[in-house]
Amino acid sequence: MAEVISQPVGHQHGHDHAHGHVDQESLKILGFWIFLVTDCLLFGTLFATFIVLRTHTDGGPTGKEIFDIPTFIAETFILLTSSFTSGLATLEMRKNNGSVQRLIGWLIVTWILGAAFVGLEIKEFTHLALDGATISRSAFLSGFFTLVGTHGLHVSVGLIWMLALMIQVGRYGFTAVTKRKIYIVGLYWHFLDAVWIFLFTVVYLIGVM
Amino acid sequence: MAGGQQHTANSDHENHGDHGSPKLYIIGYILSIVLTIIPLVLVLNHVMSGVPLVATITIMAILQFLIQLFFFMHITEGEKPAYHVMTLALGVIMVFTIVAGSAWIMTFNASVS
Repeated sequence: MAEVISQPVGHQHGHDHAHGHVDQESLKILGFWIFLVTDCLLFGTLFATFIVLRTHTDGGPTGKEIFDIPTFIAETFILLTSSFTSGLATLEMRKNNGSVQRLIGWLIVTWILGAAFVGLEIKEFTHLALDGATISRSAFLSGFFTLVGTHGLHVSVGLIWMLALMIQVGRYGFTAVTKRKIYIVGLYWHFLDAVWIFLFTVVYLIGVM
Repeated sequence: MAGGQQHTANSDHENHGDHGSPKLYIIGYILSIVLTIIPLVLVLNHVMSGVPLVATITIMAILQFLIQLFFFMHITEGEKPAYHVMTLALGVIMVFTIVAGSAWIMTFNASVS
C-alpha cells in the first residue's frame, strides 16, 4: 500500500519505503480498510434485519406501494457517477503532474452529486413520513428507515469530511498527509457506492417486484 | 539478484503509466452502469420472476461490488502480505453468514406459523 502514496512523490521516496521502514501512511490506509470491514459488518446486520422484517408490514404500506421508482433510479445513477468522479479526483492526486485545482474541481463535482443524493433521500423520507409511513408504523418500515438512513448518514458524514479535506488541500497542497487523506476519502466514497448497490437491489428492486 | 531488481523497476514504471490514465475508471464506470440497467430492466419489465430473478439481480450486485473493489478501490495494489484483502475476506464471510443465515433460519418461522 506504500506505493499508493509514494508513487507521485517520485523514486527517491519510493526507495526509502522499499528498505523496510515502517510506513505510517500505508499503515493508516490499512487501518482504514479495517474500519471499512467493521462498517461491512454493521451494514450486514442491518441487511439481515431488513430481510427478516421485510414482509412484516402489519397492515401498513408495502415496499411496492411506497417506493418511488424514478427517485431511487435517480439516486442510484447520481451515486454511481459520484463514485466515478471521486475516482478521477484520486487519479489527479496520483498523477506525476497532478494539479490541486483539478483535484478540488473533481471533489466539488463529487460533493454536489453527493449532496443531490442526500437531498433526494430527505425528500423521499419526508414524503413517506407525511403519508403516514413512519419508522414506527411497522417492522418493515423500522428496518427500512434504519438501513437506508444509516447509509444516508454515512454519505452525509462523507460530505462534511470532503469539505474539510478540500480546505486542507487548498491550504497545504499535496503532502504525504493530504495525499493519504485524499486516497482514504476516495475509498470511503467507493465503499458507500458499493453498499448502495445492495440497497438498490435488496430494498428497492426486490421491494417493487 | 540484479535481474530481479531490474524487473521490479520495470513493473514500477508500468504502474506509473496506469496511475496516470483514467482508463480503469472509465471501464469500471461503464460496467457499473450496464450492471445497474440490466437488473432494472429485468425487474421493471417483468422479464423473469421469483427466485431466478432474485438470484440474477443479486449476482449483478456482487459483480458491481467487485468492480468497485478492483477498478476503483485498487484492492490488488500494495505491499505483500495483503492484510487488507485478508481482513476484507473475513468480513465478507461474516456478513454472508449473518445475512444468509438469518434469512434461511427465519424461513422456518414462516413455515411453522
